[in-house]
Amino acid sequence: MRRLRSFAAFWYDFIIGDDWRGAAVVAAALAGTALLVHGASANAWWLLPAAVIAALGWSLARAVRRD
Amino acid sequence: MTAPAVALLLTVFVACAVEAVEALTIVLAAGLTREWRSTLQGLAAAVVVLAVVVAVVGPALTVIPLTGLRLVVGALLAAFGLQWLRKAVLRASGYRDLHDESGIFSRQVAAARTAGRLQRRGISDWYAFTLSFKGVLLEGLEVVFIAITFGANQHDVGLAAVAAAAAVLVVAAVGVAVRAPLARVPENAMKFAVGVMLTSFGIFWGAEGAGVAWPGGDAALLVIVPLMLVTGLGYTALLRRARAAAGGRVPAVLAAASQTPHSGSSPGSGQLRPEDGAA
Repeated sequence: MRRLRSFAAFWYDFIIGDDWRGAAVVAAALAGTALLVHGASANAWWLLPAAVIAALGWSLARAVRRD
Repeated sequence: MTAPAVALLLTVFVACAVEAVEALTIVLAAGLTREWRSTLQGLAAAVVVLAVVVAVVGPALTVIPLTGLRLVVGALLAAFGLQWLRKAVLRASGYRDLHDESGIFSRQVAAARTAGRLQRRGISDWYAFTLSFKGVLLEGLEVVFIAITFGANQHDVGLAAVAAAAAVLVVAAVGVAVRAPLARVPENAMKFAVGVMLTSFGIFWGAEGAGVAWPGGDAALLVIVPLMLVTGLGYTALLRRARAAAGGRVPAVLAAASQTPHSGSSPGSGQLRPEDGAA
């Protein structure tokens, strides 16, 4: 169990890192894009870049505030 | 060679070179301080494990439908790239200390000198073996992740493997020549560049996987990459200004990163485990 937890923790650190919000924004933006494309037939190519740029700014602002 | 193929080659090469530099520091610390035989056995064992990971995961990825693959890999790369970019921006703007490869080497050497000697499973120095094994394996996992995801998405795992192998060979050759940590490598600037590429390709593939048709097709990358570069540089400038206004010491952004010995960290650097995420 401890090894499994360590393994999961390693991959969490590896992919998500020290700010899970960035990954959450990416996932939400992808879901939103898929909904717009398949649900509303809108070619929402702009959503993910905008979300990633915003997520980076948000994450940096949080890191600086903690500093 | 197409533009995406060139981008694949460069991204994998630079990312692998950065990780190879960090692995080299650990291997040198173990080899020079303890003994080379066990160190090289640890290195070889890690390479075998990485080769098995590539052999298992690589072909498995190629049988996944491209749309699903691009969605998942795009999401992973965008999240992974954001980490690299975030850390590179924080370091370039002075909010985080630059990674000091010489300092890490000194700490590893000090720890290696005080550790006891233990013979185990036919390995004459277990400490040197595990230090080298963990260092190479953890740094190598990032290399494998980037090479496989880029290669699978571009349907060119071979090209990604060539870029990765070339980077490792170049760093190893330089390391053998100088027998010292490569402290003059502009690691933060390289990590910044890799962060930009990972995030850009993550956006491109992720959106494609979600069903988007990019205006201009593959040429959209020629807009996304500069956009992410400008974004990273812009945030760096903003943070530098904020830090200067607060009276903090500010290193010159990427120019300083390219002149300052080593920066950046990644799984395995120094402590042989993910510090706080990749990059």
